Amino acid sequence: METLSEIFPELIKGLPITLLVLAGSAVFSYLIAFIAGLSRLSRNVVIRTFTSFYVEIFRGTSLIVQLFWLYFALPVLFDIDLGSELWVGILTIALNYGAYMSEVVRGSILSVAKGQTEAGIALNMTRFQRMRLIILPQAVRMMLPEFGNYLIQMLKATSLVSLIGLMDVLYFGELYSSTHIQQAPLVYLLTLIFYFILALPLIWFVRKMEAFSKKGVASE
Amino acid sequence: MTNPIVTFRDVHKSYGDVEVLKGIDLDIAPAEKIALIGPSGSGKTTVIRTLMTLEEPTAGIITVDGQNLWQMEKGSKMVRANEKHLRSIRGKIGMVFQHFNLFPHMTNLENCMAAPIHVKKEDKASVRKRSIEMLEKVGLGDKLDNYPNQLSGGQKQRVAMARALVMRPKVMLFDEVTSALDPELVGEVLEVIRDIANEGEMAMVLVTHEMDFALDVADRVIFLDNGVIAESGKPAEILQHSDNERLQSFLHRFRSTS
Amino acid sequence: MRIGNLDLERIFPFITRIKENFSWETVTESFPIIFKGIGITLGLTIASFAVALLFGFVWLLLRKIPFKPLSWLFTWIMEFIRSTPPLVQLFFLYYGWPNVPVVGVTLDPFVCGVLGIGIHFSTYISEVYRSGIESVDKGQWEAAKALNYSAGKKWTKVILPQALPPTIPMLGNYLIIMFKEVPLTATIGVIGILQLARDYGAQYWRYLEPLTIVALLFLVMSYASSLIIRRMEKKINERTGKKPAGTAVQ
Repeated sequence: METLSEIFPELIKGLPITLLVLAGSAVFSYLIAFIAGLSRLSRNVVIRTFTSFYVEIFRGTSLIVQLFWLYFALPVLFDIDLGSELWVGILTIALNYGAYMSEVVRGSILSVAKGQTEAGIALNMTRFQRMRLIILPQAVRMMLPEFGNYLIQMLKATSLVSLIGLMDVLYFGELYSSTHIQQAPLVYLLTLIFYFILALPLIWFVRKMEAFSKKGVASE
Repeated sequence: MTNPIVTFRDVHKSYGDVEVLKGIDLDIAPAEKIALIGPSGSGKTTVIRTLMTLEEPTAGIITVDGQNLWQMEKGSKMVRANEKHLRSIRGKIGMVFQHFNLFPHMTNLENCMAAPIHVKKEDKASVRKRSIEMLEKVGLGDKLDNYPNQLSGGQKQRVAMARALVMRPKVMLFDEVTSALDPELVGEVLEVIRDIANEGEMAMVLVTHEMDFALDVADRVIFLDNGVIAESGKPAEILQHSDNERLQSFLHRFRSTS
Repeated sequence: MRIGNLDLERIFPFITRIKENFSWETVTESFPIIFKGIGITLGLTIASFAVALLFGFVWLLLRKIPFKPLSWLFTWIMEFIRSTPPLVQLFFLYYGWPNVPVVGVTLDPFVCGVLGIGIHFSTYISEVYRSGIESVDKGQWEAAKALNYSAGKKWTKVILPQALPPTIPMLGNYLIIMFKEVPLTATIGVIGILQLARDYGAQYWRYLEPLTIVALLFLVMSYASSLIIRRMEKKINERTGKKPAGTAVQ
């Protein structure tokens, strides 16, 4: 079992990259989710259509394919040098999950009961005021559990960045097991456990959010 | 009628192929209390919803305080009113809903204060004072900081009325406000409506099935049937003198035997 | 590139760059090569879906074991598999399993893919089953008891026939999700469309077009499938009058 004490420190070496990718993806994906979700509800046809294209494309294709595609296409097609694979990884995960979560944003806003909007109209609020004071406070409460679930998905997704050369937890796991073939099963098992430990606070958070979201919302 | 606060002229409303309002003509005097009764599907809720700008009429003209609600002047033409125009008039109308529609994420006091502060831009202190007064008037002065989900149905409806009253509308619309309540809670809500009616200042339109109450409180009763106004008159006239068969059988069904 | 009077290239300068760097020739050359992998990709999807459907039931049963410590253990194992990266699980099966003492055996990449993706998603499918069962009206259980149904018959004749149909759209969604996870198996040597694209890229130094083809193939197939599922959802709504059950999509 001394191997355990050898393996874990190796895996920890990848922690900074994993956490960095996760944090970056989280921030940008939530941002994108709100922008895209609200855009799909816009009364402007152009905004609505473009956003729909984005959402359908990123929801309809596979994350790993998007990752490789952006890795090769950005420099070649768009002459964009993001500086490092780190940003390619963050951007891909953010765009992918931003698309899924934009549907959560859109759905939550739509599912706030129609009566709430009507009460707002009866009180002569502007569309913006209704959104800000009545709809969004309730919609956000509904979004939280799903956002928490997607955060766990994004944590799992970070493992893919090892495929474009980033030195995350999985990378170091692969490295160690390639030189210690006999211990390969143990190494990968420990890698899984490592990710699970990272996921535990998120799982706890989701459970809390599910309780919190139940109160304070009027839905049909 | 001189200077009615609200007029309807040949108002029609269709949903797809179904025509719900088939030509409504109506004048409402300031401070007049009107009970709007009729079988379900007759369009009574639609009438007040078009006034509250929740539905747009397919034809006809509605005016509020002399102004055309759904149309405005653009140059020399009349076009469909934009949001700005609607808002300039909508503030004179208030509505209480069947399902209360209180904001669940705000306390009762906050529910009342939200609109005057954000919509009418009044100063917070005076809004607060007026809101507390209003909540006390409806009998909930001790529940200022409670949330709607902590209240009974009757209490929620009274908060909803306070919320609408704080905006000081000229016309107040009541959309079957007791229909969603348990029977024992109906009385407290009707009491508050009676108080509001007795104060005299606002015009009120009550869409209701509480026939005894309506006949008691209203200055005028309007019977809507199949999208048109079938009967209109003082409560006593409607009760005793109308020979409209449908009205009589309708009243017969809904009135409690005394 | 023009639309009517608008010169698109002036507005979006990158369109010129795309025209210069995107080789249609490569597209026509690589497409047949890549498309050959469709069979493996689809086959893996269907096989792992079958595994997921099956194991979904297994988890249900395991979590219902009356013995508290065991059911608690299996619940956590399920959560463990659900919350950890499928890529790592694939690596565990392909690189790790052969070296497990006693039971270890080398697994074919395809088998690894089927088991890895299948079992990973069986944990989600199990939740779909669970919420389908929970959405069955409580009165049905009582009626079954009052009519003296045996446990087995209760499940097969009363509960499941009501619990499962509303879950079908959700299950369909997971089929599409799993279809999109299958390319992960390219990393353990499964020769599906992604791996063929990468091989082509490695050989001819042109990655962009093959990867674009793969992306478009996924897009077309998953979009078409989601349309079919939406149609099914409508039909089921009409028939049962109930809303489809299941947890929200990934």
